[in-house]
Amino acid sequence: MIISIASGKGGTGKTTVATNLASAIDEEVQLLDCDVEEPNAHLFLNPDIRDRETFFVPVPEIDKAKCTYCKKCAEICRFNAIAVFNQTIMTFPELCHSCGGCMAVCPENAVFETGREVGVVERGETGSIDFTHGRLRVGEAMSPPLIHKVRSFIRKDILNIIDAPPGTSCPVISAMKGVDFVLLVTEPTPFGLHDLKLAVEAVKKLGLPRGLVINRSDIGDQQVESYARAENLSILMEIPFDRRIAEVYSRGELIVNEMPEWKGKFLELYQNITEMAG
Amino acid sequence: MKIAITSKGETLDSEVDPRFGRAGHILIVDTETLRYEVLDNSTNVNAFKGAGIQAASMISEKGVEILMTGYCGPNAFKTLEVAGIKVVNDVSGSVRSAVEQMQGKNVRFADGANADGHW
Repeated sequence: MIISIASGKGGTGKTTVATNLASAIDEEVQLLDCDVEEPNAHLFLNPDIRDRETFFVPVPEIDKAKCTYCKKCAEICRFNAIAVFNQTIMTFPELCHSCGGCMAVCPENAVFETGREVGVVERGETGSIDFTHGRLRVGEAMSPPLIHKVRSFIRKDILNIIDAPPGTSCPVISAMKGVDFVLLVTEPTPFGLHDLKLAVEAVKKLGLPRGLVINRSDIGDQQVESYARAENLSILMEIPFDRRIAEVYSRGELIVNEMPEWKGKFLELYQNITEMAG
Repeated sequence: MKIAITSKGETLDSEVDPRFGRAGHILIVDTETLRYEVLDNSTNVNAFKGAGIQAASMISEKGVEILMTGYCGPNAFKTLEVAGIKVVNDVSGSVRSAVEQMQGKNVRFADGANADGHW
């Protein structure tokens, strides 16, 4: 099974829920931190990193001896990553989305594939948790290819928990598409609600079973609750705005280890998800 | 000499469009005769990315030697450099006044982009 933990708004507690859920479960689980622009699950899990693999995306290079400057490659590129003018051809690898269209349309076979380094995938383990995360190179704009690479390490035989990036655009979709359950984490504030609505719409479009965790549940207002009721979105857990939880988090520790009563709550959350995912 | 000036409209009295890649129009003006050609830049206005790159390719194919505009981003500047087109940034007012500046050689050529790239 694959559970994706998403939020819409950033800083609502995705990583807190993901790392504590993974640690609460006694059987073997894998945590995949797909927030590749700023992965932080490792700060709470402290995995032993055993493998490190540089990740490249395919980008075009031009064989200028073969190129006739016909512009077919530039015309098919929706991202304007190739410019052709006056017997000159230029490529802009950082704009390329690696679709391969330029290679497919070139009548002279003058476009060939080369790799551009965009990040690294690191794998390791801690206790019964298998750990995988990606780190996107600073300054890179496109994270989905690296997210897909991190997801390629999903193990079908065990539970996989994906810590998704915030937002509702391509990176989040890459971290949610095709999973068995999406657990949304929000806070009961107007900002939390606004972005939760966007996230729920995205999850609905993907047609995935979903549930909600309300973090810092005793601050803010009741609007998230009324929204969840109206949307038939089950509230599977509420985490209060508790100084002890904040302290545990700030030390980079896990709630389920430092406040044992939470282990049962996270196991119950897992139980509910398993039933809802069917 | 042929120069390109980004423009909000289609005449010499139109206001200079501060954007290069996503300018509404680009006027190709002959500085001796003041005859000009209007390039419709609407394809680039709606581009996902790389508008400046394609606008630069387009004016290069028109045989332009100098571009006058408001802001020029890094990829556009790189393309213009390869195309051998000199850039005058921070231009405002009417297209006609820009041409007059050029005729009076009252311009300073940019040595780099003056805007950040967009993602």
